[in-house]
Amino acid sequence: MRLKSMPISARVGAAGILVVVACAVFAPLIAPYDQSAIVGEVWAPMGGDFLLGTDSLGRDLLSRLIFGARATLFVALAATMLSFAIGMLLSFTAVVSGGVVDQLLSRFNDLMMSVPGLILALVVLAVLPQGTLILILVMAAIDSTRVYRIGRAVALDVSVMDFVEAAWLRGEGKLWIIFREILPNTLAPLLGEFGLRFAYSILFLATLSFLGLGIQPPAADWGGMVKDNKDGIIFGVSASLIPGAAIAGLVISVNLVVDWMINSTASLKGGRGDA
Amino acid sequence: MREMLSVRDLRIEVRAHQADGSASDLVLVDDVSFDVGKGKVLGLIGESGAGKSTIGLSTLAYGRGGVRISGGQVLLDGVDVTALSPGGVRTIRGARVAYVAQSAAAAFNPAHKLGRQVIEATVRHGLMTQPEAKKRAQYLFKVLGLPEPERFGERYPHQVSGGQLQRAMTAMALCARPELIVFDEPTTALDVTTQIEVLAAIKHAISETGTAALYITHDLAVVAQVADDIMVLRHGKTVEYGPTRQIIETPREDYTKALVSIRQAVREPVRKAEEELLKIEGLTAGYSSMTVLHDVSLSLPKGQTLAVVGESGSGKSTLARVVTGLLPPRQGTVTFKGERLPPARKERTLEQLRRVQMIYQMADTAMNPRQKVSDIIGRPLTLYFGLRGAARTSRVTELLGQIEMGPQFLDRYPAELSGGQKQRVAIARALAAEPELILCDEPTSALDPLVAEGILKLLMRLQEATAVSYLFITHDIAIVRAIADRVAVMHRGRIVRQGDKASVLAPPYDDYTEKLLSSVPEMQIGWLERVLAGRALVPAA
Amino acid sequence: MSAPGNDQIATSAGRSNNLLARLILRRILLGFGLLLAASMLVYGGVEMLPGDFAATYLGRDATPESVEHVRKELGLDRPMIQRYGEWLGGIVQGDFGTSWSNHNSVAEQLWKRLGNSMLLAVASAAIAVPLALGLGMIAVRYRNRFPDRAISILSLAAVSLPEFFIGYLLIQFFTVQLGVAAFPATVYDGMSLGERLSAIALPVLTLVVAVLAHMMRMTRSAILNVMSSPYVETAELKGLSALRIIAEHAAPNAVAPIVTVIALNLAALVVGVVVIEVVFVYPGIGQYMVDAVTVRDMPVVQACGLIFAAIYIVLNLLADIVSILANPRLRHPR
Repeated sequence: MRLKSMPISARVGAAGILVVVACAVFAPLIAPYDQSAIVGEVWAPMGGDFLLGTDSLGRDLLSRLIFGARATLFVALAATMLSFAIGMLLSFTAVVSGGVVDQLLSRFNDLMMSVPGLILALVVLAVLPQGTLILILVMAAIDSTRVYRIGRAVALDVSVMDFVEAAWLRGEGKLWIIFREILPNTLAPLLGEFGLRFAYSILFLATLSFLGLGIQPPAADWGGMVKDNKDGIIFGVSASLIPGAAIAGLVISVNLVVDWMINSTASLKGGRGDA
Repeated sequence: MREMLSVRDLRIEVRAHQADGSASDLVLVDDVSFDVGKGKVLGLIGESGAGKSTIGLSTLAYGRGGVRISGGQVLLDGVDVTALSPGGVRTIRGARVAYVAQSAAAAFNPAHKLGRQVIEATVRHGLMTQPEAKKRAQYLFKVLGLPEPERFGERYPHQVSGGQLQRAMTAMALCARPELIVFDEPTTALDVTTQIEVLAAIKHAISETGTAALYITHDLAVVAQVADDIMVLRHGKTVEYGPTRQIIETPREDYTKALVSIRQAVREPVRKAEEELLKIEGLTAGYSSMTVLHDVSLSLPKGQTLAVVGESGSGKSTLARVVTGLLPPRQGTVTFKGERLPPARKERTLEQLRRVQMIYQMADTAMNPRQKVSDIIGRPLTLYFGLRGAARTSRVTELLGQIEMGPQFLDRYPAELSGGQKQRVAIARALAAEPELILCDEPTSALDPLVAEGILKLLMRLQEATAVSYLFITHDIAIVRAIADRVAVMHRGRIVRQGDKASVLAPPYDDYTEKLLSSVPEMQIGWLERVLAGRALVPAA
Repeated sequence: MSAPGNDQIATSAGRSNNLLARLILRRILLGFGLLLAASMLVYGGVEMLPGDFAATYLGRDATPESVEHVRKELGLDRPMIQRYGEWLGGIVQGDFGTSWSNHNSVAEQLWKRLGNSMLLAVASAAIAVPLALGLGMIAVRYRNRFPDRAISILSLAAVSLPEFFIGYLLIQFFTVQLGVAAFPATVYDGMSLGERLSAIALPVLTLVVAVLAHMMRMTRSAILNVMSSPYVETAELKGLSALRIIAEHAAPNAVAPIVTVIALNLAALVVGVVVIEVVFVYPGIGQYMVDAVTVRDMPVVQACGLIFAAIYIVLNLLADIVSILANPRLRHPR
């Protein structure tokens, strides 16, 4: 998986991600206006003072888009990282411990997965107070069930290999087995999975925000911006399509990079690369 | 006279894609020519990667995964099959040339009955009507010694045994009365006692139908039983090509000589049994409701080799799992140097674990692919003796020397080693613990014969140098003859016979041991007929 | 010879039916168990979260006295187990309780809206499933050539689009620019099926686009997986035509994985309904649930959650049963 061997598609994806990251990091420097300042009339058209026009309250759309990258990236990334930490810790513990521990964790995971993620999120968010931290926790908890399932499958594949058995027979402890024998051999597939889950988290967050349960105003986030401006669509105002396109662009970029990562690790293992 | 199959200057290449997207052509087969007459069998022999299967499939104008014929001719009754159109190729496949794969279990479609699959090509090519083909299939099932030949075709692939599937695959190939059959390692996946039956059935069927055949294998002793001529291949090139008798009895090339003389060395067990190292008493063990080992008792003196021999499913690997503590037995004890070992691995001390090391069949999976050789061999040094840094490196280098590998391998990953080198590193890892007993679980059965020979010699040299004992698990009688001091024969979870090598491997035998010993192919022409005559095993035609 | 033979075959068939029936029965029981557990999750799990329902119910008007009063009124002062039992008992008899916001029967609304949502989901599935299978097969047929690459790039893009974005794009194009489709997608009692179908054309199209790519990619890899198996090579070496190889050797073995793909994606489609209904202001169960979540109308949220979970579990159950039925090893035991 060398950077030099990156195909065009993955380069495009990486460039897309870099642009969004740059927006998020340097938002106050790049954005022409403050994200919550009302600077013009409602739904002003593109061009002139407002490159992308204004939104339903008369705020500059471009500035909100740039600032929105922050919340979108931060929450999606935090949720994905947390879900990986939880999912991998639990799945590896299940595999290495086996027996009752594995059974309990796996059956509980089956139960959590028997309810669709979005539905579970709606039910839970109906009760919990609104807030970014709670949002991240809920997203991470739901997503960690998917990570658990993959992590367990991958770790199980490795744990039945002779070199893990050899390590047990040598007298190694659980921590050595997890961190030295199993983890290094699961990183490649799990890295690809991380990318997929991250892309999914961006979409999931956007959906929640669109339904009014995600990031709360006045902070800008892309899914919420679609919601704010959705009534304009019928009047031919495209203010809701622009943040939607931003989400799509970011997710496509992530998927392009992930595609390359998965293909190049598959060929490392000697797979034929199609299928 | 025109030969049935005539291969001229065959060259086969495959396009290899690099990670950076560039592609280069790799030559798999280079300048190979041979002839096979009607009713004759040519044996293609060589180690993995020699290009045997690639040549075999080229007679059907087929290449796996981007393999293509880039030069030469494959003349089937005078017609070059490599020059045929896709439609023309289809009329050849299954009708005039048929293929028998190594793993019949995978090659049969699980969704259809065997009979339907056996006659499919014959009927589709319009060679026979359905009832005619069905009758022929029943005839072939009978010739091949399959049970209930009239109804055998009603079964699904998963309902019959591996040996029966392999024979059904042969019937499938023979059904259309092809002019040529390609047998691609048809008995390699089978146990020896099954192999001899399938081999006999194939040989009988070939002579019965008068078809020409290519017989591909890595086992010279097997091919000596069925082939009229033999071609020895290495790295895609012809090493030697001649009549079977000449190749077996007066090989000209060094490589062929090495193949013929393999494992003819027999070790003389001269050492007196001294102190007892390992004693196993009354072991009964299994998984959930299944009992795999029944009341197994064994003993192994210090500095000696106990070979446990048996076929797949005999329980020999389970025995190793019990000894290591991976599978606590239901009954019985394992005593090591007079001290009773706790049944479960978790209850054993580090010192107890250190004394018993293990070498696996697949060196590929026995080493962590993310660790360097220096870490693989060095870890036991750190864990058991607290060695670190330079002291550890120098000891690892010393161990590398013992396995005849140099310090340049320290920084290599397992993927950068050959099969034989991997197994050597695995041996060094075991030695690093300075064990008193090494369990060897078929350590050579995944290797090519010459490489395996080298590993066995290494193990014997190390035993002389360190007085380590081996519990050597194998299915291969030739290995037992070569390295064992004591032998135990396992069958269906029981020890049917044990003792000194000389007494176990000499008559009078029990039934199973006799069958097992007589099934091992010997490097002699006419061996198969002699054994079969002794057993009256030839299926009645 | 025939008499014992027939006997043997008959008993073997009887045995296999038995085994299949046992396996399927076990799977159905497991499904019921999951459903019960899911109901606990939707009801009990939620109550164990921090936050007081009564305070939630009252919102900003909450005073200690009024909270206490509401707790009594809603029955929240009784043990949770008891309330769960009553809730579940009611559902078994078709009673989903009363809405907190408008005090109407939840069941009445639920069934009407579920019908609307099902219309949407079934219409989408009827288009998406055959289309996805067809495109998946085309991709396999022309593997690594232009049609396959084009399909693969387009599907990568399609799986990356948020559902609501697809919806607004289609509205922008078909309603605002071309003026050929209705928005919002309103349906009401007394509409004929034809009128309903034309009203839901856009939401259906959106759902199709949303699930198509995933389903197609999974179909492609399921078929490729079968096509790369040794028995397909055997068929090829028998000189069979490509069509016959696919129809007779690949297809029977591809049934189970493809059904699994379909079930997984139908489940995704049912969930996708939630977002699509909000986009198109369509009176289905998804919109009902989202509205209830916004006003924290717990009886409605829990009822909708349970219905979605049940649909999801049943779809997975059906896929498992088809897999069991399609497995020759189980159909014809040794």
